Amino acid sequence: MGESLLSVGIDVGTSTTQLIVSRLTVENRANAYAVPDLDITGREILYESPIHFTPLKDAVTLDAPAIREIVAEEYQNAGIQPERVKTGAIIITGETARKSNARLVLENLKAFAGAFVVATAGPDLEGVLAAKGSGAVRWSAQTGKTVLHMDIGGGTSNMALIEGGNIVSTGCLNVGGRLIRVEGGRIRYLSPVLNGLCRLSVGDTVEEETLRPVVKMLVEALEIGCGYRAGTVSPGLITDRVMTLPPGEVTFSFSGGVGELLDTETEDPFCFGDIGPMLASEIRRSSLCRGDYFLGEQTIRATVIGAGCYSTQLSGSTVYARNMDFPLSNLPVISLSREEQELNADDLRRRLEILSQRYQRQTAAIYLPGLTAPGFDALDALAGRLAKAITVLPKPHVIVSGTDMGKALGQALATRIEGGILSLDGLRLQGESYLDVGAPVSGGAAYPVVKKTLVLG
Amino acid sequence: MNQEELKTMIAQLLREMTPGKEPMVKASEYRPTTQEQERDTKTGTDSAPMLEDISKIDLRKLYLVESPSDEQGYRHLREKTPARLGMGRSGPRYKTLTQLRFRADHAAAQDSVFMEIGPEFARDNGLIFTRTLCESRDQYLTRPDLGRGFDQENGEIIATKLPKKPEIQLVIGDGLSSAAILANAMDCAKAIIQGLKAAGKTVGPILYVKNARVGAGDAVGDLTGCRVVCILVGERPGLVSAESMSAYITYAPHRGIPESKRTVVSNIHRQGTPAVEAGAHIAELLLKILSVGASGVDLAGGGVH
Repeated sequence: MGESLLSVGIDVGTSTTQLIVSRLTVENRANAYAVPDLDITGREILYESPIHFTPLKDAVTLDAPAIREIVAEEYQNAGIQPERVKTGAIIITGETARKSNARLVLENLKAFAGAFVVATAGPDLEGVLAAKGSGAVRWSAQTGKTVLHMDIGGGTSNMALIEGGNIVSTGCLNVGGRLIRVEGGRIRYLSPVLNGLCRLSVGDTVEEETLRPVVKMLVEALEIGCGYRAGTVSPGLITDRVMTLPPGEVTFSFSGGVGELLDTETEDPFCFGDIGPMLASEIRRSSLCRGDYFLGEQTIRATVIGAGCYSTQLSGSTVYARNMDFPLSNLPVISLSREEQELNADDLRRRLEILSQRYQRQTAAIYLPGLTAPGFDALDALAGRLAKAITVLPKPHVIVSGTDMGKALGQALATRIEGGILSLDGLRLQGESYLDVGAPVSGGAAYPVVKKTLVLG
Repeated sequence: MNQEELKTMIAQLLREMTPGKEPMVKASEYRPTTQEQERDTKTGTDSAPMLEDISKIDLRKLYLVESPSDEQGYRHLREKTPARLGMGRSGPRYKTLTQLRFRADHAAAQDSVFMEIGPEFARDNGLIFTRTLCESRDQYLTRPDLGRGFDQENGEIIATKLPKKPEIQLVIGDGLSSAAILANAMDCAKAIIQGLKAAGKTVGPILYVKNARVGAGDAVGDLTGCRVVCILVGERPGLVSAESMSAYITYAPHRGIPESKRTVVSNIHRQGTPAVEAGAHIAELLLKILSVGASGVDLAGGGVH
């Protein structure tokens, strides 16, 4: 007998825009005689939109009103009202994320999104969502194998390294099927990331053979960027970072629009008006597909399913809240190290002052690595230091611990300081990231949260 | 085999394992491996080399199968359970390490049952010391009924030294694992008190009961008239942990109350729910039980407490 949350995922990508609606089931996995252990145990997709081409005003500007129309229509097709949507994510992915009006698009869409749907972007998150949405993470968890997942879309390739079901690192390259668009045998669009990397220009007459060297170069960048082949990726093709592979056996998996084409032979390489099919056939011939590889259970929909089904996670199930209103959006994360959490109250206050300078007058989430099975005195001492130090920060106070101690720490703080307190645990956060917290589930036992690396809007 | 014979046998076994050392592993000293301890044992030797303490090996990381077809895959599964999997074999029997570790864990479990907590535990922690009708640990083990009652002397201590008709009475009882109580009870109790304080509630002194069964809390209910009793008690030890503690919470406790009226929080130990976090959870559970006026199945309207 679970509790369910209606979740929506919207992916506005370089080439396609998609929407899904899903039902997440929250269940207590612990027996009735133990402390609760809530988790999301079911992810049922209720509605999948058709795949729309992302409407553009010109080559570099998203058509915000047109995107809004697509979403409005899909909500109607799915038969859901925005108020019923409890969680989910709108994600602007690929090359599009860098386009000037991403913020405007998100503002336009937020009205549809219910109380707690985060607007987000960031290559880190895209890699994670695509790996989860494609099914590669589940496969790795079931088999215990190491998987390198590549989601190759229109503008970017998001990579994630998965070990035994855990995503251990991500990387992203500016490699995608829509970097070059071809119409009537001529180049109609050439992505700026290719500047200086090829001698082509818009308007050139091209055929398959003219473009092959560029496509080969892009595939080479993938091989090097994922750590499979020695060499250096030209800086212009790196979105955030490249990856290194661990020693031992690695299985490749693919998703994304280009990933989907890996198993398809196309007659006309320019049937989509871009270099996607050429890129796919070149990848199939490359070293990436020499060993074991597979296509995800979801390919072109991997990212949107990731956004709809996997962007939300639950906090630990013993947490503390007093006088808090939800949802909390875009809390900047101030991450303390193990050493910093041991600082005395004065030093800790100074440290927090420095770390919080950027976020004046805004509630931040303070992340502590936490103590492992602490004694009461150690926990109480930490709460004492923290209570004195966090007075420099605006209320309410949000604390997140890595280890299982959120409720005890929250109560210990509650006896010392006034005002709103939220103390969560069971989450790992990093600085330079943001946290959204939704209304509690199971009568306050746990909170749905979304971690993100970049905030727009 | 009676208890004495068993003890002698285990002592003998341990003597063979650790030459020149006090053979008995006191349950109170039994700790699951931590990295610090590992470091200590590695760097702390300056004289004759000592045998490795096999009880400190983390079973979740131990994999003894020779020439496995997929070691990485097995280790991945292995991380999820403390069960003795992937131990390999020597002919039809266990390997020596597996066999010794099994018996060492068994010995630790035995010790945590038979070890007695001295009166200094109650004194040092400011607890009010009482004992049940059991005259010895042996009698405690063989006569569960006696572990639930008090004689007149102890009954008077409870009636006079504890507050009358409190909302909540906290009790700590050794139960079947003294090691569990030494490892967890005070951390858990302090967290319960702090959690109640955060909600504006105070509690009186904590009662300690030697040779206690869960039902001893029911007698405390009769003697004090408390609305809720919460007894922290050592669980029957197993081969995974000898330090597991439970909290039994009973609304309107009295002798003869059905077991179905109890709310239980079990598995409180380092590798389960840590004592302090469990205490924080128990505090909120106590508040809920007070406000609903029920415990056990009467309380369990929703699946989650």
